[in-house]
Amino acid sequence: MTEYALSIHSLCKTYRNGVVALDDVELEVKKGDFFALLGPNGAGKSTLIGIITSLVSKSAGKVHVMGYDIDSQFSQAKSKIGVVPQDFNFNKFEPILEILKNQAGYFGMNRRAALLAAEECLDKLSLWEKRKHTPRELSGGMNRRLLIARALVHDPELLILDEPTAGVDIEIRRSIWKLMRKNNEDGRTIILTTHYLEEAENLCRSIGIIDRGKIIVNTSMRKLLEKLKEESFILYLQHPITQPLDLEDYSYKVIDSKTLEVALSQNKTLHRLFNILSRQAVTVLSIRNKANRLEELFLTMTGQSSE
Amino acid sequence: MKPSHQLVALHTILAKEIRRFARIWMQTILPSAITVALYFLIMGKFIGSRIGNVDGYTYIEFIAPGLIMMGIISNSYANSVSSFYSSKFQRHIEEMLVSPMPNYIIVLGFVLGGMARGLIVGVAVTLTALFFTRLEIQSVTLVVVTSILTAALFSTAGLINGIFAKSFDDTSIVPTFVLTPLTYLGGIFFSISMLPDFWYKASQLNPILYMVNSFRMGILGVSDVDLTVAMSVIIGLLAALFMTSLYLLNKGIGIRN
Repeated sequence: MTEYALSIHSLCKTYRNGVVALDDVELEVKKGDFFALLGPNGAGKSTLIGIITSLVSKSAGKVHVMGYDIDSQFSQAKSKIGVVPQDFNFNKFEPILEILKNQAGYFGMNRRAALLAAEECLDKLSLWEKRKHTPRELSGGMNRRLLIARALVHDPELLILDEPTAGVDIEIRRSIWKLMRKNNEDGRTIILTTHYLEEAENLCRSIGIIDRGKIIVNTSMRKLLEKLKEESFILYLQHPITQPLDLEDYSYKVIDSKTLEVALSQNKTLHRLFNILSRQAVTVLSIRNKANRLEELFLTMTGQSSE
Repeated sequence: MKPSHQLVALHTILAKEIRRFARIWMQTILPSAITVALYFLIMGKFIGSRIGNVDGYTYIEFIAPGLIMMGIISNSYANSVSSFYSSKFQRHIEEMLVSPMPNYIIVLGFVLGGMARGLIVGVAVTLTALFFTRLEIQSVTLVVVTSILTAALFSTAGLINGIFAKSFDDTSIVPTFVLTPLTYLGGIFFSISMLPDFWYKASQLNPILYMVNSFRMGILGVSDVDLTVAMSVIIGLLAALFMTSLYLLNKGIGIRN
């Protein structure tokens, strides 16, 4: 019995136009993990997901899902996967209950089991009231939830979500996060691609960063964040500062008279900073990260400048 | 995937296909019945009465089997090509591609869907024909077998067109420029024995001739071609097209990057 939900070795993909989308990719995702797959646009994320889900043909390499080879044991491998694509790909003229029943049917569930599973998924995703509507009649957020419901209808062990919260409002995003967390807590392995790095940092335990078709990072979120050498904070002050501050070995810059930006390296603490400020009678009203921590690392690793 | 699960998946595709064309029956079933009624009225009643008998039958009796076959051919083809292409266009073909269904189940599902529409239209056209002429079937078995095989053949051909199609225009090129001429020249409105020697021989290269005549043999008991040859052509072509469509799907042509 394998410990990996997904295991990829020497995976390559070269498109007919000569574009190398994946170059000798090695990746392993443990069962039960919540894994973030990040990368800039065109890095190869969608190609990688496409190959795992059989929507893209690979040029070389091996992919195993729950220990099953996607080539020689494709039926067993595919039965374990649920995929939430980036774009809406429904039959726009079919009621959503039918869409879910059909999807269950394609996975071999008989009509009765398919109906029960479809009803349960619609209920879980708060779409039950809309079961007789077609996707054309649903809002963007509802369609996004419908994609997830469809991916879950056959109860897959591995759920792959390709930017599931793109373009949805905060309320729906939070509800999708809650649902993903619940699914992961129930034992489902989740692989998530997202452009919202805050989302990845909040939800995922492991992370892989893909850049120019190569996996450049594959580690735990904690270990990755430990690599962050410096973090910048924005401090909002109660009163304006009238003269330069002496913050000892902390470097800072004044944004305006009531706002400071302070850089903290790994060995410096916020506690000491506040003590220094307090001694100079500076009261901090609130504080926030200048940028998401993962975002800083991501930009560094993929060689992009944040400025 | 277990065989019982494959059957469930096949049933799911077929039921979906039937629901699809039944939902838009005014576009899928009715036009053929109206078109054929007009053929019977104009070619059969008005012009046919001046033509006289062909192979011992009135002209309207002679063309009836061919017109029924025309409905089956065009609708089986149209269903597969439009359904498969629109599932590619809207990308919900991916629902099937990510599932554990083997490709032959996908091919069979679309082919059976096209056959269902072709055969339903065949029945509708036959009922329309009965308003204009009598049909005394000589061999029910031959009529049923020919109808099913022809529907399967053109449904598979439509599927291949759908696999290759890159735009809606591509779905109508073959029906307009290949299928319609072959159908009209396939002996629906005439017996090829009436043609000059060159055209008689040329007509034998038209596969639709064998379907129309096999069907006419089942209904009227007359045919321009040998039944064994006709069946061999139909079954041979069906097998070739089915294997081609399966090969294309296995290769991912037109559906996978």
